[in-house]
Amino acid sequence: MNIPSDLKYTSEHEWVRIEGDTAVVGITQYAADALGDIVYVDLPKAGTTIAAGAIVGEAESTKSVGELFAPVSGDVVEANQAVVNSPELVNSDPYGAGWLFSVTVSALGTLISADEYEDLITE
Amino acid sequence: MTLKQSPLDAIHRELGASFTDFAGWDMPVRYTSDLAEHHAVRTSAGLFDLSHMAEIYLTGPGAGAALDFALAGTLSEIPLGRAKYSLILSEQGTIIDDVIVYRLGNDEFLVVANAGNRFPAAEAIRERAVNFECVVDDRSDEIALIAVQGPKALAILEATAGFATEGLAELGYYRCLPREFNGQAVLVGRTGYTGEDGFELYVDNAGAAELWAAITTAGVGHDLLACGLACRDTLRLEAGMPLYGHELSLDLTPVQVGLEKVVDLTKDNFVGRDGVMAGVSAGAVRLVGIQSEGKRAGRAEYPVHSNGRTVGVITSGALSPTLGYPIAFALVEPEFAEPGTSIDVDVRGTDVPAVVVSIPFYSRKARS
Repeated sequence: MNIPSDLKYTSEHEWVRIEGDTAVVGITQYAADALGDIVYVDLPKAGTTIAAGAIVGEAESTKSVGELFAPVSGDVVEANQAVVNSPELVNSDPYGAGWLFSVTVSALGTLISADEYEDLITE
Repeated sequence: MTLKQSPLDAIHRELGASFTDFAGWDMPVRYTSDLAEHHAVRTSAGLFDLSHMAEIYLTGPGAGAALDFALAGTLSEIPLGRAKYSLILSEQGTIIDDVIVYRLGNDEFLVVANAGNRFPAAEAIRERAVNFECVVDDRSDEIALIAVQGPKALAILEATAGFATEGLAELGYYRCLPREFNGQAVLVGRTGYTGEDGFELYVDNAGAAELWAAITTAGVGHDLLACGLACRDTLRLEAGMPLYGHELSLDLTPVQVGLEKVVDLTKDNFVGRDGVMAGVSAGAVRLVGIQSEGKRAGRAEYPVHSNGRTVGVITSGALSPTLGYPIAFALVEPEFAEPGTSIDVDVRGTDVPAVVVSIPFYSRKARS
C-alpha cells in the first residue's frame, strides 16, 4: 500500500500536501481501492469557505459512495477539473493527477503522519 | 460468524481479490477493477466463481409433479436438456426465491437457488415434495459453479484443455448438456446473469480449481478476466435481471415485479396459486426501470419523488458502465409505472430528473 511519507493524513482517508499556506487534498490509495472504480466526484467550488471536519463533497464508485471531509479550514482555491472529467484518475494516481482540491489554509484540522495512518489502516 | 469459503478461495487470494460477505460466503467482489471486469464481459469474456449458489436435486418418477406443485411454473413439461426460470411462492403468492430449473433426466431435475435463500428454498421444496415419489437432495456444499460469460465464452471453453466440448457450439440459450473435464462430470448450462452469451459450469468441489485454472489458461489469448460480484451486479442490472432481496422479496408478488408470465395459472394446484389469484390491491407498488440524468446514480433505498412527494423507492441502481448514464430498478405507485413517466430520484437530498423506461436497459445484439 502506497502511503507517501511527505504527506499528512486524516482518519477519513484523505491526504494533505502543505505547500506554504496552500493545502492540496486528495483521498488515499487505501480509500480509492476500498471504494472501487470511482465514476463520479463532487468537489467544493473555488471560492467556497470550508471548515475542517465538514462534508464538502463525494466520491462515488459503481458500488458505493464516500463522503469527502475537509481536512483543513480555509478558502477553496481550485477543484481539480481533470478528476471531474476523468474520475478514474483517483484510482490510477491518487497522490498525483488524482488530487481533488486545493485550499488557502486558515487552520489545520486533525492531521496524522504517514506512519500513524499506516497504523490506522492495518489495525 | 465464520464466513463460508468457496472451493476456489485459495485461487482468489493468490489473484489478490478483494472480498465481500455475500449471504454468509466470503466471495471475490473484484480482482482489480470492477469497471474493467464489467467491460470484459461485454466485449470479450469474464470468469466468475458462483459456488455460493445453492444446488437442490429432485430425483424420482414424481420429481416433475413435485416441482409443478412446489414452483410457479410447469416444470414437468420442459424437455430434457432445457432450463427454465421459475419462482418459489409462499401460500400468499409472494416470492420466496427465484430459481433456474434444469431438466437433467426424465426423472431428475436441478433447482439452482440464491445463496441467501438456500435453506428456505430447500425447505419449501422438501415440504412440498413429501407426497410425491421423489428424493430432494440439497447438494450445495458439494457443488461448485464457475461461469464463463461474454462473446468469447464459447471460444474459450473450446480451447480449454481436457474439456470435452462437443455440442456446446450448438447448445441453445437456456439449454444444458452433461460434459466431462478430465474425467469429471460437468453440467454445462448456456445460462447466465450478465445479459451476454455464456456458460455456467456445475462441477464437484474437488474438480473446481483444476477447471478454473484450465479455463484461465485457455482465456489468455481471448482477453478473459477473472470477475467479482461487483461487476456481476452492474451486468445483471443493465440486463434488467432482478436480484432477490432487492427487486424480489416476500413482500412482493409476481405481478408487481413483471413476472406474471412465470406463473402458470392453468395448473390446478400449486403453492401460492390462491394468493396469486386473490390479486394485489389497486395501490400496490410496481417494479419499473428508471434512467436518470447526469452521473449520480440512485441507489437502493433512495426515495423516488414526483412533485416533491415520495411515490416509490429505488431497489438497485448504478451509473451504467456500458450506457454511461444512471439506471435503476424502483418500486413505484402504479400511476407512475408507465414508461415515459417523469419522476425524480432523491440522490442524498437532491432531486435528479429521471424517466421510467422499459426493461432491459441493455440488450446484446442478436447472435449472428
